[in-house]
Amino acid sequence: MSDITAGAYEYSRTPSIGAVDNYLTHGRTLRSWLVTTDHKRIGILYALSITVFFFIGAIAMAIVRLDLITPAPDLVSDDTYNKLFTLHGIVMVWFFLIPSIPATFGNFMLPLMIGAKDVAFPRLNLTSWYLFVIGALFTIGCIVAGGVDTGWTFYTPYSSQYSHGFVIPAAAGVFITGFSSILTGLNFITTIHSLRTPGMHWFRLPLFVWAMYTTSAVMILATPVLAMTLLLMSAERFFGIPIFDPARGGDPLLFQHLFWFYSHPAVYIMILPAMGVVSEIFTCYARRRIFGYSFMVYCMVGIAVVGFFVWGHHMFVAGQSPFANLVFSFMSFVVAVPSAIKVFNWTATLYRGQITFESPFLYCLGFLWLFTFGGLTGLVLATVPLDVHLTDTYFVVAHFHYIMVGGSVSAFFAALHYWWPKITGRMYDEAWARFAAILMFFGFNLTFFPQFIMGYAGMPRRYHAYAPEFQIFHVLSTAGAAVLGAAYALPALYLLWSLRRGERAGPNPWCATGLEWQTESPPPRDNFRTPPVVVAAPYQYHSETHGPDYQHRDIERAQGTV
Amino acid sequence: MPSVALREPWQDLGHQRNSAVLGMWLFLGTEILFFGGIFAGYSVYRFLHTADFLAAGRETNIYYGSVNTLVLLVSSFVMSLGSRAARAGLFRFARLCFPVTAVLGMVFLTLKGFEYNDDLEKHLFPGASGFPLPEAGAGLFWAFYWVATVVHTIHLTVGIGAVFRLQILSRDDPQWLNDSPSAEVTSLYWHFVDCIWVFLYALIYLPGRS
Ligand SMILES: [Cu+2]
Repeated sequence: MSDITAGAYEYSRTPSIGAVDNYLTHGRTLRSWLVTTDHKRIGILYALSITVFFFIGAIAMAIVRLDLITPAPDLVSDDTYNKLFTLHGIVMVWFFLIPSIPATFGNFMLPLMIGAKDVAFPRLNLTSWYLFVIGALFTIGCIVAGGVDTGWTFYTPYSSQYSHGFVIPAAAGVFITGFSSILTGLNFITTIHSLRTPGMHWFRLPLFVWAMYTTSAVMILATPVLAMTLLLMSAERFFGIPIFDPARGGDPLLFQHLFWFYSHPAVYIMILPAMGVVSEIFTCYARRRIFGYSFMVYCMVGIAVVGFFVWGHHMFVAGQSPFANLVFSFMSFVVAVPSAIKVFNWTATLYRGQITFESPFLYCLGFLWLFTFGGLTGLVLATVPLDVHLTDTYFVVAHFHYIMVGGSVSAFFAALHYWWPKITGRMYDEAWARFAAILMFFGFNLTFFPQFIMGYAGMPRRYHAYAPEFQIFHVLSTAGAAVLGAAYALPALYLLWSLRRGERAGPNPWCATGLEWQTESPPPRDNFRTPPVVVAAPYQYHSETHGPDYQHRDIERAQGTV
Repeated sequence: MPSVALREPWQDLGHQRNSAVLGMWLFLGTEILFFGGIFAGYSVYRFLHTADFLAAGRETNIYYGSVNTLVLLVSSFVMSLGSRAARAGLFRFARLCFPVTAVLGMVFLTLKGFEYNDDLEKHLFPGASGFPLPEAGAGLFWAFYWVATVVHTIHLTVGIGAVFRLQILSRDDPQWLNDSPSAEVTSLYWHFVDCIWVFLYALIYLPGRS
């Protein structure tokens, strides 16, 4: 074990026995949290806020799934049903998934991972949390007032002319929250440019930092377009001016173009951070360097760039020209290539690794399976003739849940377990954590795999009355949702338990190489007692000549030594 | 003693300045995409309803538009002088430029207010009844006119506030103008708002007038 981190970093760890001053004890009043500019505390403020929204979105979907047990629309009214799935979509996309990894673990870990004291603009960072809260209040206000029934996509002309729901408050909530993610992205990019510790070259950045960088770029360039789209839609609704109204020369397809120009890249806002997390965790628990570091970086940049040119695959049947369909279909295939390269590189990273199946690793394995499956079904949907058959069915629902829940949420839980000891200074119960990770994988598949089948068989999305032959799939799916709900609730229990009873974690319980592990757990207010200096690439889990590859018999045979 | 303009987490003023400028450029990138939604929509509809857009464009008041363009261009020039003067240590001159910039911004807003008043008197608001132009695309043109100019006006108002902020914060400590990146960053933002107007001028006032 001695050569595991040797030579990777030069740092002096201040003897910290008995040192109680950390970011949590730095101020103990509620006020000290509400006016904090500490990136670590802001990360925790975000974590608490998105947890609330995760449960709001989950409750909405629990009611929907209960209603879907029977083919008859018996539990809630049509109107309520529409409002519930809209609420689920809006809350889960903008108030959970978009901020999930970047605003919590990104905020907390990014400065630590590059050896910085804080982000570039700490007060702006707090401002973005407050913007998130104001947006959240609009959304909660909209729910309390009676909800909105447009679907999370706000398609015109329904949203701008016919819906009786509270469309403008809902759009305002999304608009304001959008600026919170823009400011977070701006802050991260400036931080990565300006505050890397000496020796932290661009190609020594951990892949999670690259993931934050590319995610931030997408946030900055895509989110404002959504903001303007919602503004135009709201202007049409509120002032009655013609913008997307086909009766007055407008084009509803324009709305869809603008909306998906944001909302497809938004998928990458959700999945790129997950890719960063997985790269950190696979290397750590396989005790391996990442396979093809620079390719991993180029792939993330490639995904971020090409991801801006595929949005039309959401509009194959909306009346787009066949030529546009062809181009967007082709580009959607192109964007799958870097994702596939990453999957292969992760697999190659595991090859000959000394793997231990700790819970973060299990969550990442779940990610690898579910993301790959979601990605491949994405190619099915990117194929125009198949999409004509599958569009607006449960196949689509299953596909994007495999990416966004199977991929991003699995990675979120992986990150939560991986960095929990760093954030809180405590270890959770590993047996329970493994159980929850496995339960989540099976619960997820039970929920969403039947949806592929019934979608292919023709079950349309957003209907709560359906033909009886689909009932078996809906029952399986609802049963899976119950299992999944339990798997989400379990960590809340043992993680809270660990706060009081968990063992002290120490600075580096996983023997990981990142800079965040070179400081105390929980870290002090200013992150490092002594600024760290970096002298090597990340993931030095083995030296170049003593890695598992080197001792592998095939190589020895090739060298003629066996 | 370190300057009061130096904030966490920076060690020196130069580093802080460069990073703040980078941050503002990133924000302007966001802003370009924000207005990009308007420009994209406008372009699509102008392509679909070319003749209607030209007819609608002739209804705008080019005198207000042109004078306002001139006002903003001069304000940008004065703002540049101000931020350069702040860097060169000519604080009295800088503190003269900022109020002039802000007043020019307010002149713009006043003229814009008169123009809005005229527009409303001519019922050129497509959401209300009595909109005088029969062409289908004319309503779209005027819808974009209102959204684009109102969003621009809000940006300009924020800019005026930011320029006054420079004046207030440097009242007792002019050296702050040199140490802090605020003057340069505010200037960048001001020029951006000005640039957006130049594009809007071409798209709103010039169609149908050549
Ligand atoms: Cu897409």
